[in-house]
Amino acid sequence: MAVLNILNAVNHTLDYEMEKNKNVIVYGEDVGLEGGVFRATTGLQKKYGRDRCFDTPLAEAGIVGTAIGMAINGLVPVVEIQFSGFVLPALNQIIAHAARMRNRSRGKYNLPMVIRMPYGGGIRALEHHSESLEAVFGHIPGLKTVIPSTPYDTKGLLLSAIREPDPVIFLEPKQIYRAFKQEVPEGDYSIPIGKAKVIKEGKDVTVVAYGALIHEVQKAVKELENEGISVELIDLRTISPIDRDTIIKSVQKTGRFVVVHEAVKSFSVSSELISIVNEGAFLYLEAPPTRVTGFDIIVPLPKGENHFIIDSKRIFNKIKEVVSF
Amino acid sequence: MLTDKYNPLENTMLCILDKDGKIIDEELLPKIEDKKMLEIYKVMLLTRIADTKALQYQRQGRMLTYAPNKGQEAAQLGSVAAVEERDWLVPAFREMGAWLYKGVPLEQIYLYWYGNEMGSKFPENVKMLPISVPIASQLSHGVGIAMASNIKGEEEVTLAYVGDGGTSQGEFHEAMNFAAVYNVPLVVVIQNNQYAISVPREIQTKSRTLAEKAVAYGIPGIQVDGNDVLAVYAAVKEAVDRARGGGGPTLIEAVTYRLGPHTTSDDPTIYREDKEVEEWTQKDPLIRFKKYLIDKKLWSEEKDIKQREEFENLANETFKKVETSGEVPLEDIFKYHYEEMPKNLIEQYEEYKEYMKKGGI
Repeated sequence: MAVLNILNAVNHTLDYEMEKNKNVIVYGEDVGLEGGVFRATTGLQKKYGRDRCFDTPLAEAGIVGTAIGMAINGLVPVVEIQFSGFVLPALNQIIAHAARMRNRSRGKYNLPMVIRMPYGGGIRALEHHSESLEAVFGHIPGLKTVIPSTPYDTKGLLLSAIREPDPVIFLEPKQIYRAFKQEVPEGDYSIPIGKAKVIKEGKDVTVVAYGALIHEVQKAVKELENEGISVELIDLRTISPIDRDTIIKSVQKTGRFVVVHEAVKSFSVSSELISIVNEGAFLYLEAPPTRVTGFDIIVPLPKGENHFIIDSKRIFNKIKEVVSF
Repeated sequence: MLTDKYNPLENTMLCILDKDGKIIDEELLPKIEDKKMLEIYKVMLLTRIADTKALQYQRQGRMLTYAPNKGQEAAQLGSVAAVEERDWLVPAFREMGAWLYKGVPLEQIYLYWYGNEMGSKFPENVKMLPISVPIASQLSHGVGIAMASNIKGEEEVTLAYVGDGGTSQGEFHEAMNFAAVYNVPLVVVIQNNQYAISVPREIQTKSRTLAEKAVAYGIPGIQVDGNDVLAVYAAVKEAVDRARGGGGPTLIEAVTYRLGPHTTSDDPTIYREDKEVEEWTQKDPLIRFKKYLIDKKLWSEEKDIKQREEFENLANETFKKVETSGEVPLEDIFKYHYEEMPKNLIEQYEEYKEYMKKGGI
């Protein structure tokens, strides 16, 4: 057992799988010599050589486009986009090609590839360094999109992502990259993509969150429990394909539903989840399903960002409101 | 090296066959066996016929939108004939001749334009990607394939196509730059057919040639007469040999002309003069190569007529087959998005199947 933070877990997992599978290739901007701007790939070039871990020109579409070609030609590229806000030039490659190659070739070419990117706010950064674009990827048929919230889940989900025969968008909650450590097994284990995790069972209300906000929700839940409110907390873990069954089953039990995410409210993961609840648990509901999300605004620069980032107090209030509806 | 002799910055263009099929300079003649030469010609002819037929089927309402190839057969065949079975082909969308030569059955090409994705599931041994519609975005796939060839130590070369309009895309730049930086075994052929739908070549770039863009990437580039199959072959063969030997990528501009419309939805009389089309018709790559082969006593007008009939029948029979068996089974539109259909998708599929079973009510 190693005690790792999320960033260490990413590094450890890449190392683990590169050692196991010589076809795994890691690259991106500053990924080689420097080990990435967050140091997620530290030491990999030294250990595996410049053929298997290297720096690229500053061009996101080129990074993803070449990864598609590599995957077609027998390799397993795991590429890094430095910040999710910089992925936009690569969306043509991701949406127009990565997501479609299997279907376009009717199964002749599948793309075992992972696109990793740090996402989300709360790190007092410049513009384009704080976005949460999971709904953009979740909307695209042919992609799978995953978000871990702990070091343990990071390894399990990243191993699954690398071993997937289809492209996976792996969004890393950078706000909590170094926030806490956890025991992570050094051996092999994987967490299935497409399966949410019930972190804590409860009977009064179902709360769904993912990524960095899981931890704010947990703070709120602790206080709610002190007031005698029993919360069932679910970590979504996979954005797409979304785990309808776990959500519906839980809401059928609790009758109340709150979803929490940092991304903007409209056309979001919460929009999807509330639809799922309405489709699958409507007659069980004792209160309107609701949500705590980012406002429909551009993530503000650091001096205004504190209003955008969701804290446990807002989550606490919303859950209480739903329970006392 | 041809790329030295025909430096694109000096505005020189490699030509070997003149428009009457006469050799301009014997020394430039690439070594191609007679048998292969005939094979190249036959696929050029098949392309011309299958393409003309496709246009007819479309006009008869039997085929969907179609992108014709007429006039560009030499650019397609001269390039593809210079690669081998072990090499990769990354198409744009107007290279029917190259696909046929690479081993894609005509039936599949027709099936694709008929509107069925099965037309892009090429036989296992045909190392070719499906058609890529977003302009120039396929080039980085070719670069990635070639990067993998280097990493795995395999002596395979990738031949990728793009058009004159494609060179304006940012993705063209990214792909060429990556290819050069990693010194990958890649040959990029620009089919400069003078128009991107209606927009002429002059509006794409102020560069005098498209080939000279190679200079900025630090790689060899050359402009060739794209209606001269031997010139295209000579330039591409040199580039393929260089790539296979570890010499990195090459950018080749094949100067040609689209004699037909961009697609069947396009009316080219709006943006170009008949006179211009007539001038290029005089430079028809197929007629030029045929004259050469007849002069060499490798071919004859009689053989040509017979061969045409054969190909016309083949095209008709093939398309008839596509019309009778080209429908898409419902399952196909669902099942190829992931290795295993996610549960959510299975539910959608089952619900719709149930609806269809009840007669779609």
